[in-house]
This record gives sequence, structure tokens and C-alpha cells, in this order.
Amino acid sequence: MSTASKARAQGLQLAPAKKHDWKELFFHLLFLASAMIGVVSVATIGWFVFQEGLPAFKEAGIFNLVFGREWLPPALYGIFPMIVSTLISTTGAVIIGVPIAILTAVFLAELAPKWLADIVRPAVELLAGIPSVVYGFFGLVIIVPAIEVIFNIPAGNTILAGIIVLAIMILPTVITISETSLRALPPVYKESALALGASHIYSIFKVLIPAARSGIFTGVALGVARAIGETMAIIMVMGNAPAMPGSLLEPARTLTANIAMEMSYATGIHSSALYSTGIVLLVFIVLLNASLLYLNRKRSD
Amino acid sequence: MLQDKRIFNRGIQDKLLFGAIWAAAAITILFLLWVVWHILSNGLAYVSWEFITGSYTRIGEASGIWAMIVSTVYMVGLSLSIAAPIGIMTAIYLTEYAAPGSKVVKTIRFCTESLAGIPSIVYGLFGMTFFVTTLGLGFSILSGSLTLAMLILPVIIRTTEEALLAVPMSYREGGYALGSSKIYTIWRLILPSALPGIVTAVILSTGRVIGESAPVFLTAGMVTQIPESVLDSGRTLTVHLYKLTQELFTQHEWDQAYATATVLIVLVLLLNMTTKFIATRLSKS
Repeated sequence: MSTASKARAQGLQLAPAKKHDWKELFFHLLFLASAMIGVVSVATIGWFVFQEGLPAFKEAGIFNLVFGREWLPPALYGIFPMIVSTLISTTGAVIIGVPIAILTAVFLAELAPKWLADIVRPAVELLAGIPSVVYGFFGLVIIVPAIEVIFNIPAGNTILAGIIVLAIMILPTVITISETSLRALPPVYKESALALGASHIYSIFKVLIPAARSGIFTGVALGVARAIGETMAIIMVMGNAPAMPGSLLEPARTLTANIAMEMSYATGIHSSALYSTGIVLLVFIVLLNASLLYLNRKRSD
Repeated sequence: MLQDKRIFNRGIQDKLLFGAIWAAAAITILFLLWVVWHILSNGLAYVSWEFITGSYTRIGEASGIWAMIVSTVYMVGLSLSIAAPIGIMTAIYLTEYAAPGSKVVKTIRFCTESLAGIPSIVYGLFGMTFFVTTLGLGFSILSGSLTLAMLILPVIIRTTEEALLAVPMSYREGGYALGSSKIYTIWRLILPSALPGIVTAVILSTGRVIGESAPVFLTAGMVTQIPESVLDSGRTLTVHLYKLTQELFTQHEWDQAYATATVLIVLVLLLNMTTKFIATRLSKS
């Protein structure tokens, strides 16, 4: 912690003697006004999304909309298949991506020689910066045809393709945050484990990873948020059929894809139904953040 | 005897886990290399001066991405000039003015975090109804930039805040001891020494603006003409790549898609290198 933030944490506010200075007051108010823009933005977005989504909830009924199995605008607005597809693709990406990411983070924090870590870390940052359409394009030209060949199916645009692309996309988020939290551990943890005769690997899995778990959870939650929110890559590889997927080798449409694909021409209740898709998406994110808060609070108790 | 066996097993277990860690790191790196190599090896040959500066034609050999580059530059410039001042001033307010832990700070921080958590497609949804329709800005660079400005605001605020907090307290003390006013101290002492951090914030958000696509095509549209004003619609590079992948029929269209993806990856590489460069200079000073 820097001196400045330390002083701040103790509530020491340093300032010159207060005079009635119009210039100072002007800038103070200007900075305050800027800070309020973020607050106004959230309020406006929240108000708009709910305001616009309400008519669809009223027209179709919350239950029919959330649990309806048919999406046939302008007649039927059931988004249950999209909820299921979002859950499956996110879960799949987590199952594949998170173990690889945590182990890579361990590699960077514990095993890699400095020169190798100095090559791998920028590579992970590069992985984070690649636009999602590029991942989608890669999925479309490599993963989708590969699935066609391996599983001998006519079209490789499937949930499985989406899961693989999402798994690659969440890697950098989970790796970076897990590595930071592993590095933030006091060295005494590892030293005591080693002093007790534990092997390096044993102390990593039994001491270091459990000790860093709240940071790792945060990384995983952010990865999940990225997987839930990803839109374009998913549209490009998952086939986008708004029906309930029967297996991983069938096309599917996520909540985000539903909005992106139909928003540009939707009107009336159809547009409102897309807003309620957005509301469901926001509920997912809020639940995710709430569970993270809960987990971390429980841990710190 | 039993003891020996356990130690033996643990040795195997250690080796397996050790192998798993190396394998995971290898998978991460191989995936990155695969993605980058596949795109560059197929795209670099097609990236030429004509491709970069040429105008887009639906059919035919001579097709370029100049209009998309111009749109992307407009989008980056405009969203940054909206979001950067607001974000930097918010960070100044949070670190230099607000009482730490006060209700105002908590509210602002909660809202910024919420903004960061909203999926980008919801920004697109909002931007399309609010900026495009309600405010009547139409599908335009301006609508797109306003939407993206909201999206990158949290990144700018957080990164700038960290840079400001890293400025030693003695700078402020020194400024005040010499009788400088608060705003003068901020302007002449604190901001200059936080500058590398602020530049990093701006580069990070440049990457975000270049990389976004869903909220962009919903607010800025996808017209392939060079936008003449901020009220014109424009197609950014990522939106262009998305549109190209929907019509991969001829070899020419494949080449264009690979070349556009190559340009995007090179841009990301350049941005990463710039951030690295600034970070090294920062640690030296």
C-alpha cells in the first residue's frame, strides 16, 4: 500500500487551509459532476432496460416468457431454450477452461523459470486482447469443420463448438487473476509447508491453492461473466437455432445471441421481449456477483 | 513398509501433477500460437497497401478496408474523448476530494462496478433504443461512441485511480507546503507523475473499443462508406470481419476475412507492446 492510500485509509485528508476560493470550488464541483455521470449512466441503463422489458412480461407473462419453450416472434416468446443453452455453454467452458487456467497460473507463479514466465505472461495478455470476432472466425474455420469430421455430422455449428471457443476465451481472465492471488500469498505459507517436509507440488495443491481460493474464485466468476456475456463468437460458431438443444452436437442460441441477432429489426412486443432477454441476462450476472460476495464474505469471517 | 509405499505413491502423484501443470501451460500457449499463426499465415500474404487503403466493393478483386479503418479510428477517437476526461475527473474526485469510505464514494464505486458487470450486448440494446431512437442520433459513429464511452468508463476510472493512489503523499505535502492551491498541486504535481498510468488506461480502453462488435453494429450500423461526419453510420473492423464471415464463398472472400483478422491481431500486438513500453519506462523512473 502506498503512503497516499495508507493515509487515506486512516481518514487523513490533506488539504491546504480552506479559503473561500471560487476556482477551487469550481473544480471540486466539476470533478463531482463527472463522478456522477457513472451513477447516472447505471441508473439510465437500468431504468431503460426494465422499462422496455416490462411490456413483454405483461403481454406474455413472466412464467411463460422465462419457461416458454417456443421462440416464434411475433406469436410466442419463450426464452427457456436460450437460458438452457447459456447455462450449458458456460458450464462446459468452465469445466474445460478453468482447470487449464488454474494450472497455468500455478505454472506462472510457482514452476516457470523467470525467463519462461516472462514469455508466457505477455502471451496470456495477448490472448486477452484478441477481439472476440477473431476467436469466432477461428472457431468457424477450424473448430466447426473439425467437429464435422470427428463426429461425422453434417453441420459443426454446435454447442460443443461454442464451449471450446468460450473455454479458450476465459483462459486469460482466470489465469491473470489466479496468478495474482497466488503471488500475493505470504511466502511463509510455502516455507512452512516445505519445512514440514511437504514436497513443492504437495504444498502447491494442499496449501497454496486453498489459501488463494478467494482470489481464484473471483477469477473464475469473472471468467463465467465473460462466457455469459460473449456474443459474437457464439453467434459465429453455435448455429443459433432457437430450439431446445438435445445434445452437445446440436445448434443452440444463447441469450446474448438472441438479442444481437434480432434487435436490428425487432419492433413492438418483439423488441420488448429482447429487452426481457436482457433482464434475464442481468439477473444471471447479479446472481453471479452475489454468490461471489457471499463466498468471499464467508471466507473472511 | 506402509510408510514407504505412501511416500512412493506420493512421488508418482507429484510427478503426475507436475506433468499436468506443464501440460496446462503448454495447452494455453499452443492455443494462442495456433490462433495467431493460423490467422497470420493465411492473412499476411493478402495484406497489402492496396488492401489497407482500397475502398470496399461487394464483388471483384480490388476490395479494401480503408472505410473500416477510418470508422474504427473515428470510433476510438470519439469514445475516448468522451470517456477519458469523465473517467479521469471521476478518479481525481475519488482519490483527491471525496472523504474515504463516505457514502458518495461507495455509491460511485458501486455504480462503476455495476457498469463493468453489464454484458456488452445490453449496452448495445440500450444504445440502440436510447441514442439511436430516443435521442434520434440514428445509426451513427456518435451513437456508437456514446455507447462505447459508457462501456469503457469503468476501465478508465479504475486504472486512473490506481495511478493516482500510487503518487506518493509527499508530492501533495510538498505542493501544499509551498503554498500551492489544491487544483494547482493536482494539475502540476499529481497528474504529471500519474501520467504513465493514465496513458495505460487510455490504451487499455482503445483495445476495448477496437475489439467490441455486438454493441457497435447495433448502434453505429454497418455501412461500408467512409463516414463524413460523426452522424454517419460506419462499419468498424471487427463488425466488418463478422460480416465477411457470413459470406465466405469465394477464395477472394476468404482472403479478405483472413487479412482483416490479421490487421486486427497486429493492432492488438501493437497496443500490447505500447503498454509494455510505458510500463518499463514507468518502473525505471
